[in-house]
Amino acid sequence: MSNLRNKPSSSNWFKWFDPRRRDVGTFAFILNRLTALGLTLYLFLHLIVLSQLSKGPEAYDAFLKLIANPIYMLGELLVIVAVLIHGLNGIRVGLTSFGIGVSTQKQFFYALMVVAIICSLFFAARMVIG
Amino acid sequence: MINDWTVTFLVYRQKGQEPGHFDTFKVEVNPDEYVLDAVERIWSFHDRSLTFAHACHHSTCGACGMRVNGVEKLTCITPIRSVTTNGGTVKLEPMRNFPVVSDLVVDLGVMFRRMESVGHRPVLPLADEPAPTPAKPPRPEDLETIRLADCIECGLCISACPVATTTPAYLGPAVLAGAQQHGLDGNRPLLALVDCKDGLWRCHSVFECSSVCPSNVDPARRIMDLRKQVLRARILRFFGRD
Repeated sequence: MSNLRNKPSSSNWFKWFDPRRRDVGTFAFILNRLTALGLTLYLFLHLIVLSQLSKGPEAYDAFLKLIANPIYMLGELLVIVAVLIHGLNGIRVGLTSFGIGVSTQKQFFYALMVVAIICSLFFAARMVIG
Repeated sequence: MINDWTVTFLVYRQKGQEPGHFDTFKVEVNPDEYVLDAVERIWSFHDRSLTFAHACHHSTCGACGMRVNGVEKLTCITPIRSVTTNGGTVKLEPMRNFPVVSDLVVDLGVMFRRMESVGHRPVLPLADEPAPTPAKPPRPEDLETIRLADCIECGLCISACPVATTTPAYLGPAVLAGAQQHGLDGNRPLLALVDCKDGLWRCHSVFECSSVCPSNVDPARRIMDLRKQVLRARILRFFGRD
């Protein structure tokens, strides 16, 4: 009698996030999921921020003062990084999904991540220097 | 042959419904031997109750697929030297996403039935072979049939696929590659089988299937090609030209 514990199951979802000894594709897959979760969380936070507008100018100004804190600026930078990684990797997934660049998908991923890093550094510098 | 390496093998053990565990075997090996040779030595000299599957010893039968140090490998063509060092450890586990029958043996029945349902043919008449003309002309005795798409139905690609880990209904890379090899031309039942949420649209482009395939089938490329075929069929259907 076979043991069913090794069978596919939705309860194995955490294995999606295990990159040990896997190839580049898994890292791209994990990055896309983590950034998607992060951006979804950000969307809700963004809506909460916008809801401050309805409480009058004082409440909104107080909130703007709060987010001038470097920790919040770091959070904003993380959002930019997540958008770059998710968007650029999404282009790769979209193109390879229809046969474009399949044989060079690893190099494609590396190149796009280099672009993401360069753009992230640019935005980080802009935030610091102003 | 000189057995001048000592390697510790951590071998997954599981009988029936009992919980799985790892047994440790210290084995003297030649680093140029294959992992399957060491497994056979463990069975021969250490533990005759160890269960594992093997047959051809030259990557044709696809029976000896396992996870070696966490990566899907065909153990008959995986040199020990490539997965460990002298004094090192090799962890052997059954493939993921298939029920364990015993120790390192899994039940591949679901995959075999699905491959049959998409019309996968392990050998093709030469005239149907879609690959480029081989460098050397085939021998007369090979003219009738030729081993084509090289899929040996080992299941490594399904074990490596993270999507197959969470979705039992997903057809999986080997099956979709089989469907691509068969071709969709005018085959409505096959089109319905693959053009659905648990068919080729479930693939999330992780490419692990192609990374671990020991036979250069490149299932990921075939899945992407199948998508193009499905899109073409949909467009033709939209314009009433199917």
